Amino acid sequence: MTRYATRSAVEALVTPFQVHRDVYIDPEVYRLEMDHLFANTWVYVGHDSQVPNKGDYYTTQIGDQPVIMVRHSDGEVKVLYNRCPHKGTKIAIDRTGNTGKFFRCPYHAWSFKTDGCLLAIPLKKGYEGTGLDKTESGKGMKAVGAVKNYRGFVFARLNEEGIGFEEFFGGSLSSLDNMVDRSPAGRLEVAGQPLRYMHRCNWKMLVENQTDTCHPMVAHESSAGTAVKIWEEMGHDADAPKPAAMQIIAPFMSPYEFFEEMGIRTWPNGHGHTGVHHSIHSDYSEIPGYFDQMKEAYGEERAKEILGENRHNTVYFPNIMIKGPIQQLRNFIPLGPDKTLVESWIFRLVDAPEQLVARTAMYNRMINAPTSIVGHDDLEMYERAQEGLAADGLEWVNVQRLYDEGEDLEQEAVENGTTERQMRNQFHAWVKFMTATMPENLEAAE
Amino acid sequence: MSTPSKDDLIDFLYEEVRMLDEGRFDEWLTLWTEDGMYWMPLDYKQQDPIHETSLMYEDQFMLRLRVERLNGARTFSQKPKSRCHHVIQRPYVDEMDHDAGRYVTTTQMHYVETRLDEQFLLALSARHDLVLRDGKLKIAQKRVDILNCDAAFGNIQLLP
Repeated sequence: MTRYATRSAVEALVTPFQVHRDVYIDPEVYRLEMDHLFANTWVYVGHDSQVPNKGDYYTTQIGDQPVIMVRHSDGEVKVLYNRCPHKGTKIAIDRTGNTGKFFRCPYHAWSFKTDGCLLAIPLKKGYEGTGLDKTESGKGMKAVGAVKNYRGFVFARLNEEGIGFEEFFGGSLSSLDNMVDRSPAGRLEVAGQPLRYMHRCNWKMLVENQTDTCHPMVAHESSAGTAVKIWEEMGHDADAPKPAAMQIIAPFMSPYEFFEEMGIRTWPNGHGHTGVHHSIHSDYSEIPGYFDQMKEAYGEERAKEILGENRHNTVYFPNIMIKGPIQQLRNFIPLGPDKTLVESWIFRLVDAPEQLVARTAMYNRMINAPTSIVGHDDLEMYERAQEGLAADGLEWVNVQRLYDEGEDLEQEAVENGTTERQMRNQFHAWVKFMTATMPENLEAAE
Repeated sequence: MSTPSKDDLIDFLYEEVRMLDEGRFDEWLTLWTEDGMYWMPLDYKQQDPIHETSLMYEDQFMLRLRVERLNGARTFSQKPKSRCHHVIQRPYVDEMDHDAGRYVTTTQMHYVETRLDEQFLLALSARHDLVLRDGKLKIAQKRVDILNCDAAFGNIQLLP
């Protein structure tokens, strides 16, 4: 069971342009991802608009760790392990709620302030002289290692020691900035419930697919291609103004040149985005009144600059993707080596016309729902890959498109939009954060 | 028909699910008004189909696209094809407004969908807003509330 628990063993799973199949299918590798990768990196927890008032909470997970995101009495957002320090009972089961000034365990009524500190225990004299105050349990609910609320987006690092937030994300925060700046008030709010879509495949297949620009016109021919065909059969000129649904789906059939020219940018630590120059979101029609609101808030030049960015998908390693131009966030939550829950969230731009969130809601249900004709073919590809990787004939997955020997993934770069550099970038970061807290070899571990 | 009876309404609803179960999707599309909408909410008792995400909120263009895609040669998630099966309770006829030619029904049903070795069951409630057009009943809106709409699903590929 300790085949992979060392730095050298993990490093051997990834070459500059190949990934061993055990990275996707091996239960021990998955366990190590939970223990190391998801503990060493900054993982998305939730949006602070989900907990607007003191005592509001939201339950979720970081890797496989159950956590509560809660608005503390000082107004700060805290992230606590969702576990009573007494017997282990989950403190909150609802996905959201308000706990008032304190959490109270439903089993033995131990209570905790919303920053986790122990508040009271019934019949406390039973612990007098027992030394409870010197134990971990006596301190209260445990907080995660570090929390950062970046413009409403709450990230956490489970480990107490490790890379800082700014160093980890670096220049990639420009995509989050652009998404938030698109609100004249500089603020987003979660709109409605997230789509929850279960995938029987490894979580990394979904992350890779976010910058895979050579699949849309192939895998989605049946949906996007058929849409274009019907549109033309209805007597419309290919270049005629299209309704929102066609604006959303037709660009999936764009030719390879469109994707080659859109460009891909990668940043160190596994982050990157498609759509440097243009994207499938570039040609959406203008929403009346929006530009004027932006001009008022930012001035004409800055407003144009903000709206001129049309980044397609930005991957924040390890496991979320955002679409800045339409305010969507997808969270690829690992549940096992071959099981991933995908949550697709949308946001309202505060002080902007409601038609914007209407278009985003349409995009979300058309493309990313379990009932979506686009999502169906994506899931089909992932699940076929998960099953196909069992084949012993070949052991390696290839990510070599537009690879150059000596590629330096520690440097930011902009390349041809069909490169698989961002996938290589993710696996480079995967090795880095898997092994950061691992022994060199088994002797060192003992 | 000039004024549909309660039985006419109920027969219409039985015939609709039979078309879906038998894969007669092109025929099913003729049951709709031109601006008919198929709504499948994502949230329990969801009120707003526009500014929040739904599982489906589709006009006739999207429904036609959905049906044509099922017949495509490169529809990979439909190789092999899914099959579905509706078991419906006798519909409630909630409103009958002959003067306006407008009728509202609610149908409780169990929906089963299968493909390869997988099969799943959804319990749901379908509200139909029906209208009389040229003497024929048409669907102006169908709202499908899945009992566990907030649960995580794999692919739901056919139509409840």
